[in-house]
Amino acid sequence: MSIREFIDREVKGNDVVVFMKGTPQFPMCGFSGQVVQILDHVGVPFKGINVLESDELRQGIKDYASWPTIPQIYVKGEFLGGCDIVREMFQAGELIPLFEEKGIAVRDRAIG
Amino acid sequence: MSDPDLDRIRTALAGGLNPLVLELENESALHAGHAGASSRPDGGITHLRVRAVSAAFAGKSRVERHRIVNAFLAGEIAQGLHALAIEAKAPGE
Repeated sequence: MSIREFIDREVKGNDVVVFMKGTPQFPMCGFSGQVVQILDHVGVPFKGINVLESDELRQGIKDYASWPTIPQIYVKGEFLGGCDIVREMFQAGELIPLFEEKGIAVRDRAIG
Repeated sequence: MSDPDLDRIRTALAGGLNPLVLELENESALHAGHAGASSRPDGGITHLRVRAVSAAFAGKSRVERHRIVNAFLAGEIAQGLHALAIEAKAPGE
C-alpha cells in the first residue's frame, strides 16, 4: 500500500481525522495542540495521526491535499483546513453546525 | 532593524496580493528547537505569521485564501518555512 493509499483510507474511513505532530494526548506542536483543544472542547470524536512517526507520511500528507503545513483536518473525507481555519470557524460559530450538517454527533450542542 | 529574510517574503506577498494591509511576524525564535521543528540550511524563517487584507481574497473561502498565500510563499516553503499562521481578510471584513 502506498502512502497515498494509506492516507486516503484513513481520511475516508473516519468521520474526523487530524494529521498532526504528536498525539492527541501529547501534541508536539502548538498548532496541533490548538486543534486538539478545539475538537475536545466541541466534543467531537476524532482520530489523530502522528506524522512525526514517518517522514514519508509527513511529506505524503502535504502532497495529498496540496497543503504545505501540519496539522490538517479532514471531515467526512474532505479537507477542512489547518489550525487557523479550524480556530476561525470555531470562533465564528461555524464549526459545530458544520459537524451537525455532516451528521457527526457533538457532545455539547450549547457550546460555540 | 531590517530583516532581509522578512523583506524577501514581504516583497513576494506584496507583489502578488497588492494588499491594503500586510503585517508579517517572524516567529521562528519562539519555536527554536521544539520537537519536530527543522531548521533551515539557509538560516531563513521557519515560522511566520501573516496578516493581510487584500481584494484578492474577496469571495474566496478560507481554504482558498490560504492557498493563495501559500502559493506566493512556495519558494520559502521549499526552503524550510514550515509553520504559517495566516489571517486573510478581504477589504471591509
